[in-house]
Amino acid sequence: MTASARPGTGTATSMIEDTATTATRIRSLIPGGPGTLLGPAPDVTESAEAYADVGGYRYTGAPADLLERIADAGLLGRGGAGFPAAVKLAAVRDGDGVPVVVANGEEGEPGSVKDRWLLRARPHLVLDGLAHAAAITGAAHGYVYLSDPYAAGHVRRALAERPTPLPIEVIETGHTYVAGEETAVVRRINGGPALPTAKPPRPFERGVADRPTLVSNVETLARIALIAARPDLRHDIARTTLLTLSRDSGTDLPGDDSALLTEVPYGTTLGTLAAELGAADSSGALMGGLFGGLVGPGWPSLALDHAALADAGTALGCGAIRFLAPAACPVAAADDAVDHLTAESARQCGVCVSGTAAIRDTLRALAAGTAGIDAPERLEHWSKTLPRRGACGLLDAAAAGTAGSLLRAFPSLVRSHLGAPCPVCASRPPSGGHRLVVPVPHVADAVPGTEPFPHLCPR
Amino acid sequence: MKLFLDSTRCQGYGLCQEHAPDLLELDEWGYASVVAVDVPPEEEDAARACVESCPNSALRLEN
Ligand code: SF4
Ligand code: SF4
Repeated sequence: MTASARPGTGTATSMIEDTATTATRIRSLIPGGPGTLLGPAPDVTESAEAYADVGGYRYTGAPADLLERIADAGLLGRGGAGFPAAVKLAAVRDGDGVPVVVANGEEGEPGSVKDRWLLRARPHLVLDGLAHAAAITGAAHGYVYLSDPYAAGHVRRALAERPTPLPIEVIETGHTYVAGEETAVVRRINGGPALPTAKPPRPFERGVADRPTLVSNVETLARIALIAARPDLRHDIARTTLLTLSRDSGTDLPGDDSALLTEVPYGTTLGTLAAELGAADSSGALMGGLFGGLVGPGWPSLALDHAALADAGTALGCGAIRFLAPAACPVAAADDAVDHLTAESARQCGVCVSGTAAIRDTLRALAAGTAGIDAPERLEHWSKTLPRRGACGLLDAAAAGTAGSLLRAFPSLVRSHLGAPCPVCASRPPSGGHRLVVPVPHVADAVPGTEPFPHLCPR
Repeated sequence: MKLFLDSTRCQGYGLCQEHAPDLLELDEWGYASVVAVDVPPEEEDAARACVESCPNSALRLEN
């Protein structure tokens, strides 16, 4: 396995052979150095010593001062919702009882790899960030929650390398679309299944062991640790983000699709990102994992900015963006996305079971050219009436995210699918989301031959 | 007073809606959705009745 990784070159190869995308490259679009996540050797695991050498584990200031810097920097959560990190930290600190902090590394979006890469490559940065979050909130217990066995191995070894004063437990879960949703995280840590619960209460009010609980994405925690080490760079740290970019080639030939893990400043346009991937000729993109839906004509000028994307009816979500090559059909892409969501529905909420199936069947009929003339109207109706009806956001991703955005971004293309089978859709029936999977870049050990779990499948 | 529906419990019997047609709607599959989370004062009795009517305890009121 180590033979396939070339430390320091920024090129990583995954062991996964059964996805259309055979390898995920790593390349930053900003100059590396302090205050960045993708260091000079993103394909090698950082040791405790190497992390300390770049300023880690060194902050001795008051937690309240660090919180102030996080607030001043305007750091937003990187799990998907983009909520201000400082507001969430303060709410947990001010809750009723001794808080609990959770580093959430369970990345359910098939097109995102950044969280698993971060845990595999820079576990100390995440653990340092978790310790800062505990200090700020007054938590007495921490958890790292994930499903990737490789990441779990790296985190466990990092904890053994440098024991922390804060007791930290690693909780492994099964890899599903909803397992990383914050109430599912809490339910699993409390001993239940990793399935969402109805809100309220939200975890910041009542979570693990009924205590106020911070469930924070691992990239958010890593950026908190970067801000602690380099407060002078806090604005830059808050204004950059990890992204997983991929390209749907429109064919199922192995290796035709390509993927890139990158770090960019907010404000970068989709056109610039697509060019990095050789996807400048795309007809559109699937945004935010499956939460932002499809963007169509005019997409290259869209800038990565939460407000601007919201105005355009889309979202950055967890930072996964999938470009659609000219040979790919957006209807087929929507069909595949909803097929995946329907399969991943936790089947707890009746409205989600019925709603996702109805949207899937309608998109399937559209792709097959057998949809009734009222299909767009039905999709439109569901895109407006189903969001916020389930206990979690999966139904929203299918209804507003995918179906609603398809109608908005490609209205004439949708109409052209009425009554005539689309040859592109026919050649690519839905894959249950298999095609959407981007492989996690392989991360080698700094010390060759000490892979934590060389026998495990690196999904 | 706020009315909340736990959609993991709603089985779509529709009993609730008869008691509070202005607070809840039923969709094409029979599942309930809350149209008025903030219950107006004159609807508070109806809200209590609909909460009690649900055989699955899917509805909840909070002050
Ligand atoms: S909305 Fe769907 S995925 Fe989410 S909890 Fe309900 S059934 Fe499960
Ligand atoms: S009575 Fe209960 S289960 Fe039936 S529709 Fe109303 S909320 Fe759902």
